[in-house]
Amino acid sequence: MVPTQYYLILSAILFGLGVVAFVFRRNIITIFMSIELMLNAVNLSFVAFSQAMPANGGHKLDGQIFVLFVIVVAAAEAAVGLGIIILTARNRQSLNVERVNLLKL
Amino acid sequence: MSAPLVIFFVLAALAVIGAVSLILQRHPIHSALSLIVVMVALAGLYLLMGAEFVAAVQIIVYGGAIMVLFVFVIMLLNAGEEERTDFSKLAKFGGLPLALGLTGLLAATMTRHGASVRNPDTAGSLAPTGQISTLLFTTFVYPFELTSFLILVAIIGALVLAQREKG
Repeated sequence: MVPTQYYLILSAILFGLGVVAFVFRRNIITIFMSIELMLNAVNLSFVAFSQAMPANGGHKLDGQIFVLFVIVVAAAEAAVGLGIIILTARNRQSLNVERVNLLKL
Repeated sequence: MSAPLVIFFVLAALAVIGAVSLILQRHPIHSALSLIVVMVALAGLYLLMGAEFVAAVQIIVYGGAIMVLFVFVIMLLNAGEEERTDFSKLAKFGGLPLALGLTGLLAATMTRHGASVRNPDTAGSLAPTGQISTLLFTTFVYPFELTSFLILVAIIGALVLAQREKG
């Protein structure tokens, strides 16, 4: 059986890689994907905690419910965020975040 | 080494390699494909933990719907390779050490307090999907209804953002 800490450490590593991608990438779409990576890392620790807390013979399922909510929020975020990205790219002809430095063109 | 441990390390290595590849690839479409590898590996880990419903949702919603949306936008905008610009000094000298520090802090805390996290004695048992739905529609019914409202707001927001300005 895999110890729960292994899952938690993997989750920490994936979250850290997501932060690194968020800080270092210049492309706005890649930055958005690194946010999804961080959400996934948190989901992993939710499921690990859900598995680590057995309740009356089975799993304690609250953690898995949270994961479903996180996925819903991520889907909504992707829809709105990609709309914003399309709008920015259309107005500025660039996907580089360093070129998006004015609130008003 | 037992079989679940071997499967865990294979899937964990796959996830980490995918995440590193997401950082290193210069073309956004390659980054998107790397992210799909991470998501499939995570779905495998959920299955290993017995969370079969979450694993299926991960593949269908994340690996399917959300990533298709990403790839669609990348191709729609005809995004080319990322242009190399001068790194912001703050990102280079502040960002990387802080990100590494954050990872180290999280991992260290989880290792130190790992003894208090009970290891599962429900080896190999699957989380019943029926129980998830019962919980979702009884205890968590208000958050569930709120998510439907959130999706409605997101649909309207996406429509308003994506439409061309008239006149």
